Amino acid sequence: MHPITTAHYLGLSAALLLIGTVGVLTRRNIVIILMSIELILNAVNLNLIAFSKALQSVNGQIFAIFVITDAVAEAAVGLGILIALFRNKETVLADEIDLLKW
Amino acid sequence: MNFLDQIWLIPLFPLLGAVLMLLFGKKLDPQPASDVAVAPGVEHTHDEHDTHGHGHGHGHTHDHGHDHAHGGGHGHGSPLKILVSLLCPGMVLLSFLFSLGAVMQLAQLPTKVHQVVQFTWLAGMPFHMLDGRIATFSADWGFLLDPLSAVMILVVTGVGFLIHVYSVGYMAHDNGYYRFFGYLNLFVFFMLMLVLANNYALLFVGWEGVGLCSYLLIGFYYQKKSAADAGKKAFVVNRVGDAGFILGMLLLYALLGTSRFVDVNHALQSGQFHAETAGFGVLSAIALLFFTGATGKSAQFPLYVWLPDAMEGPTPVSALIHAATMVTAGVYMVARSAALFQLTPATSSIVASVGAFTAILAASIALVQNDIKRVLAYSTVSQLGYMFLALGVGAYWVAIFHLFTHAFFKALLFLCSGSVIHAMGGEQDMRRMGALKDKIPVTHWTMWVASLAIAGIPGLAGFFSKDEILWQAYSSPSGSQVLWLIGLVTAGMTAFYMWRLMNMTFYGKSHVAPEVEAHIHESPATMTVPLTVLAIGSALGGWLGVPKLWGLPESFRAFEHWLAPAFAAAAAEGEHGGAHGASIEWILMSVSVAIAIIGIAVARYFYHTKPEIPEKLELRLKPLYGLLLNKWYVDEIYDFLFVNGLAKGGGRAMAAFDLSVIDGAVNGAGWFTRFCSTISMWWDTWIIDGAVRLGSFTVKLLSYPVCFLQTGRVQAYALFFVVGVLAFFGYYVIR
Repeated sequence: MHPITTAHYLGLSAALLLIGTVGVLTRRNIVIILMSIELILNAVNLNLIAFSKALQSVNGQIFAIFVITDAVAEAAVGLGILIALFRNKETVLADEIDLLKW
Repeated sequence: MNFLDQIWLIPLFPLLGAVLMLLFGKKLDPQPASDVAVAPGVEHTHDEHDTHGHGHGHGHTHDHGHDHAHGGGHGHGSPLKILVSLLCPGMVLLSFLFSLGAVMQLAQLPTKVHQVVQFTWLAGMPFHMLDGRIATFSADWGFLLDPLSAVMILVVTGVGFLIHVYSVGYMAHDNGYYRFFGYLNLFVFFMLMLVLANNYALLFVGWEGVGLCSYLLIGFYYQKKSAADAGKKAFVVNRVGDAGFILGMLLLYALLGTSRFVDVNHALQSGQFHAETAGFGVLSAIALLFFTGATGKSAQFPLYVWLPDAMEGPTPVSALIHAATMVTAGVYMVARSAALFQLTPATSSIVASVGAFTAILAASIALVQNDIKRVLAYSTVSQLGYMFLALGVGAYWVAIFHLFTHAFFKALLFLCSGSVIHAMGGEQDMRRMGALKDKIPVTHWTMWVASLAIAGIPGLAGFFSKDEILWQAYSSPSGSQVLWLIGLVTAGMTAFYMWRLMNMTFYGKSHVAPEVEAHIHESPATMTVPLTVLAIGSALGGWLGVPKLWGLPESFRAFEHWLAPAFAAAAAEGEHGGAHGASIEWILMSVSVAIAIIGIAVARYFYHTKPEIPEKLELRLKPLYGLLLNKWYVDEIYDFLFVNGLAKGGGRAMAAFDLSVIDGAVNGAGWFTRFCSTISMWWDTWIIDGAVRLGSFTVKLLSYPVCFLQTGRVQAYALFFVVGVLAFFGYYVIR
């Protein structure tokens, strides 16, 4: 049984980031996009924790807590905007909302 | 009462009269034009313009006063009008009495000079004199009574009073009664200021004042265009002379630092200045400028042209202002400056020449004039020429003597002509008169006396003064045979034209229109009494200056002795050498008497015995006759040269200059500004704005490709981020 090393964590984290990024870029439903963003943030958190352990420094964990807080706030605001948007546009699809262009 | 210290009262009386008349006169004379009384049987309308305005020959003027006045001198209107008639002549009479008193007291003084300075009138202007010293310009309001001004005030107030009395009758039916007397009194005031002033500046006040009154009175019938024009002409022509007088006065001030006659004479006699026998110095210039002023006021060539036209005024005005007093102001002024003229032989000879030339020129014109007043007007110019001839040859007292006698007989002649015109109902053309002798006897015999006097018949006033002038012109060091000869010919002409006038008016056949003939009448007493008094003066006035030759007691030469102190300096400088013998003087005197008698005889022969001769002569000598009748065309020449040439031509030139240069400059500046602003606007529109627009256009153009990146889709943007980030990292990884 191989021990779980930092490289494993980093590999997982990279996979999560990749999945999240692809999700953000490809999915049309804004709810899914928001969920994909959560995936990206969690990839970051995983990275921070992994390095915190590897470097024996608590700073990484503190940053991770900040990021979680931030993600919560972001989800709340994002969902709020999403609901307001739905009320106006009757859609949650990102490609149908393209008013901000020249 | 000490009259000498109260000299200021003398001019005050007429001023008072004038102020009363001109301020309150309208209330005293409420007569509107339609109320004017006209004698029965006279069919005249009161519309003065139409009454006589047609059917008269050329050069004919009318005295509108007669449209009203010939009904007779009685019938003064309201009691208020009588008040005017008493007040105004009364004021002049008061002046005359005060003058008499003052002159009598002056005679008691050993120096015969009395100066009263009331107050300083102009003061406090420092200026540089010619020699660089600084003097303060000041002029007194002061009076100087000396023998010269004594003669003048007596003439002005004495003759003036008689003419005022005459005017009461003459102007009785005229509308502007109060106005006339107001002006007349104002004139007497200014004339007295002129002759009583103790300095040139105050003399100039009187000088201009009499000019103003002359203007007002010439234009008295201002509704008539010719009268208004004549007034303007007199005023403008006088200004030419006055400009010279002012310059002379200022130059004298710059030279001597004073304008008081006493101080000026003192300075000139102090030996500081020498006679400018050679060349033409500053003294000669001053004298010449003074003489220029005198030619204007005293109607000498070339400025005499206003005087004949001045006859448009009422006849008493012609008598008082344009014959007896005002026109002699120039003679007085030159005589007053005798000390100056004595030092300037060059100017004096100019004075003598101009005087002689004017005398003969005016006399030649008078030979053929048909208007009774114009003959007398040219006669006045001619006689004034005599006076200047006397002044020019240094015989100052003789000039004043002639002024004195002339005042009598010329005032008388004018008043008689007024009486004739009055009798004729406004007719002034002598060709329509004749045989008036018995119809207006008083006028006839007084005019007879005056004509004898002016012609130079021994025993009458004109003889003594004219003969003395001729003698001085011959014998004085600055005189010459030529001047004497001109004077003699003029004397002959004078006798001729005066007796031509007498014959055409009083003798021979009547040429009077029948409707006029019916009401010819002698003038009222207010007019005939002054005539009589003046006739006595004309007859006897000359006995104050009998020639030395006659060997009479010295009291018969009182005039010369009286004036001697005034011209003491002049006399000292110009004492005759006595080179001419008594026999020559007797011969010359006989010649002048002979020529006077010949003139009278020829006139009688031409216009009484053989009345057809003048007409034949007219035909035979047509060019000469036309030349004389048209006054040598001097008026036309002046019209051409000065009125049309200088004034109107100059006006046109000024207008052209204004239009092209002044307006041109303004318009050009405006055009140039507009031109510049057009360029500036073009620059702004195309270059400045163009650059701004070009910048914005460029930015817009460049922004087009970038615009296509902005799709509005969030995921596209996110893709750009990712690509960017990948590219960024890729760069570092690959490097």
